[in-house]
Amino acid sequence: MDRRDFLKRTSTSVGALMLPVYGHAVAAEVLASPADKALRKSLADVALNAATKAGATYADARIGRYLRQFVITRETRVENVVNTESTGIGIRVIVNGTWGFAATSDLSPDAVAKAAQQAAAIAKANSKFQSAPVQLAPTKGVGEVSWATPIKKNAMEVPVKEKVDLLMAVNNAALKAGADYVNSVMFLVNEQKYFASTDNSYIDQDIHRIWTPMQVTAIDKKSGKFRTRSELSAPMGMGYEYLDAKPSGKLKLPGGVIGYTDSYDMVADAVAAAKQARAKLTARSVKPGKYDLVLDPSHLWLTIHESVGHPLELDRVLGYEANYAGTSFATLDKWKSKDFKYGSPTVTLFADKQQPNTLGAVGYDDEGIATQRWDLVKDGILVNYQAIRDQAHIIGAKASQGCCYADSWQSVQFQRMANVSLAPGKARLTVDEMIKDVENGIYIVGDGSFSIDQQRYNAQFGGQLFYEIKNGKITEQIEDVAYQIRTPEFWGACSAICDERDYRFGGSFFDGKGQPSQVSAVSHGSSTARFNGINVINTARSLG
Amino acid sequence: MSIYSEAQAKAILDKVIKLSKADECTATLEGSVAGNIRYALNSVSTSGIVSNCELAVQVAFGKKVGTATINEFDDAALARVVKRAEDLAKLAPDNPEFMPAIGKQDYPATPTYVAATAGITPEYRAQVAADSIVPSKAGKLVAAGFFSDAVRFSALANSKGNFGYQQSTNVDFTCTVRTEDARGSGWVARNVADVSQFNAKSEIQTAIAKAQQSVDAKALEPGKYTVILEPAASAGLISFMMQGFDARSADEGRSFLTKKGGGNRLGEKLFDDKVTLFSDPAYPGAAVLPWDNDGVKREKQAIITNGKVDSLQYSRYWAKAKKTQAIGQPGNLIMVGGSKSTMDLVKSTKKGILVTRTWYIRSVDPQTVLLTGLTRDGTFYIEDGEIKYPIKNFRWNESPVIMLNNVDELGKPERVGDDESPFIMLIPPMKIREFTFTSLSDAV
Repeated sequence: MDRRDFLKRTSTSVGALMLPVYGHAVAAEVLASPADKALRKSLADVALNAATKAGATYADARIGRYLRQFVITRETRVENVVNTESTGIGIRVIVNGTWGFAATSDLSPDAVAKAAQQAAAIAKANSKFQSAPVQLAPTKGVGEVSWATPIKKNAMEVPVKEKVDLLMAVNNAALKAGADYVNSVMFLVNEQKYFASTDNSYIDQDIHRIWTPMQVTAIDKKSGKFRTRSELSAPMGMGYEYLDAKPSGKLKLPGGVIGYTDSYDMVADAVAAAKQARAKLTARSVKPGKYDLVLDPSHLWLTIHESVGHPLELDRVLGYEANYAGTSFATLDKWKSKDFKYGSPTVTLFADKQQPNTLGAVGYDDEGIATQRWDLVKDGILVNYQAIRDQAHIIGAKASQGCCYADSWQSVQFQRMANVSLAPGKARLTVDEMIKDVENGIYIVGDGSFSIDQQRYNAQFGGQLFYEIKNGKITEQIEDVAYQIRTPEFWGACSAICDERDYRFGGSFFDGKGQPSQVSAVSHGSSTARFNGINVINTARSLG
Repeated sequence: MSIYSEAQAKAILDKVIKLSKADECTATLEGSVAGNIRYALNSVSTSGIVSNCELAVQVAFGKKVGTATINEFDDAALARVVKRAEDLAKLAPDNPEFMPAIGKQDYPATPTYVAATAGITPEYRAQVAADSIVPSKAGKLVAAGFFSDAVRFSALANSKGNFGYQQSTNVDFTCTVRTEDARGSGWVARNVADVSQFNAKSEIQTAIAKAQQSVDAKALEPGKYTVILEPAASAGLISFMMQGFDARSADEGRSFLTKKGGGNRLGEKLFDDKVTLFSDPAYPGAAVLPWDNDGVKREKQAIITNGKVDSLQYSRYWAKAKKTQAIGQPGNLIMVGGSKSTMDLVKSTKKGILVTRTWYIRSVDPQTVLLTGLTRDGTFYIEDGEIKYPIKNFRWNESPVIMLNNVDELGKPERVGDDESPFIMLIPPMKIREFTFTSLSDAV
């Protein structure tokens, strides 16, 4: 599910019944209580022992407790408050060199053992179709360890009233500033995950994420025209402290735009959104042609996600996603050549599952591998992919990079995207200084429409705010902008990147992949970057 | 066991309604047994069976609403879920748009259940994979596919005495076949309620032929072309457009059906004469449940007739606000066509492009329903009624509203679902003038 679907679903008055199923709904107080660790260890051992007895040469068990809270509002009213909890165990085994998986919500020792046996039986049955046995990259067990998102304020413990009050303040501020309509949502996630494997790993993790999407609409009744502006914040791997609206979290950007780092002022952003949505109604329509684009991190994250994150997933490269998400132009021969130019020498793109405050930050992945940082594109050259334990040997790696994830205890874990980010420029450069050098360009802020082909060559992106740049200066807000790229040419046209003072994150709460489809949450960091001579189209149409 | 009989479902729902001390209570119980098999690189990658059953309880104290769900059904669990919903409702602020529970409805049964589909076995799924993989391997091709099937039941009840129960089945199959050198790619999809209408062995031949025929694609200049869109190619555009038929969005000024100066464009002719779309829960081959998500009874409903907008979708609240009657939100979409096949439409085309499917469709401008996406897995140039050669994929930027004003000819409707559309559709292959391709894609 993508963001558009989510916002559409949350705009119904019986939202809970329409919401995607995330498990049982529970009372708010249940969300704050930690599950029992000793019980989880003994249950995991039941699973591992039963799997081994059934012939497994490897087994892992994930006991997951997934807590979610949605607060959904429009204008001056709360549409719904929903709490959900989902608990169960997923067991993965290798028998006859083949994977098998089974899951159950019944956490009695008998049911857990039965699920382990079922996983082994499925592995045996599927081994008839297996062309080559699974090769797991070796890993040393880590014993009993734990990791937690370093939150300052557990959002699950903040009273619902406080959340409702904030969203009502946001909506009222937008309406007062001239918005006709406003939808705002608070979406909180806490994954309590216990992983155990026959490699002697027992890993307890407590992971928190927060997202506050908002859409502000301005209407010109006379012309029948409407325009929207969405939030300029990012979903984060943080606690409720992200919404503290600290002045230090604000960045003054060109065009009078305010960007956000690790603290979000949702009310101030709502006011800005109302004014900017209104301004869009009368903004000049862009003249199509070639422009130098200056892309803010609140926009560039999505371009990185689609044109770098996805094509460098090893399972796509190999063909495992051919029937759904697609394959990749970044084939193994290009990587082996050691001189495939993914971008200009300015461009270094890296994967990192440790960066603080990111959606993908965890201590260990869902097959017990400690997370790390590694380069994907170094000084413009393709140097690596994202892989998991059973893929590492294909790229000659001795160990997994820790990219394994399942969106639920009942989903089988597989390779998912790490946080993939653009390294900031090494020379000191601010956004204002970057714009001073641009003769004919467009400054784009916020993510909008996005579409890319199944091999990740041809993409088209919109945005939230567009400003024309003429002779080093921003002239006016413009509209109807989308740019089209061919991935290697686009990154090859990257001529400058601002330094680390401008480095910020964007991200996706619902990145979809696999059949049956699973979601994952991932961040992408960058500083503002310049891309020369990019093709811009005009998206205005007339329906007569 | 997650497929309850009508009597079992009613017993659970009656208990829930009785347990609630709220002013009113609505409960839904849905269960399914869903099986699937996934394969890639000519080898099975995963397969499984998931059984699940979910009870959702919504209660109201005055205008305060709370919702809770659970998947355990013993007496203690039922008491717990009702209490949780009631606790949340007490915490919730008043919802000024609250609508009371619906009264007793009369739901005529619709033909959504086929026993053959409910009887699909793991061996059958494995055979579907084998029927895709064996001929692909023999042709030096690589198959990746997904076959899923489900049997489910849906039941609902409320404190005003309303009750409904029905079972349904569904099968969805997609397979992508690529040449070993990755220069050619073909695809096939089938969505049916009755598995006896599905034959993997013959379906796979479509994907194989398209993979083989799409090698050595030539590049055509982007621009406006006459296109033959197979049903899977237009379904994603049309289903996107249906979002604009929400009456409230149109009245509030944020739909393509908004009228300049206020109000909506109900009754206006906005499409070509040949465009007729309707919804019918009992339609043979595309039947859906006889109630919508609010429990409101679905009826046969004209949506567009000969190009004229015949109805908009009203939520119960908006219908009350606008003093009109809410009828059930459509669960399917049927577009009237003719009797010609896709290849018949090709035969009558002097110059054009055949599009197998469209991909990664996203909104560019909701004001005009301008969408963007790409062609994929079989795009061919047509000249003098014949397919001449494969062409490279295009990115397109087009509005379905404009597209449905440029209809030359419609063929025989086919069922499309799951992957291509959020609801079941019967969509004809279409010949469309001046479809807008804006750039080339190197993707195969």
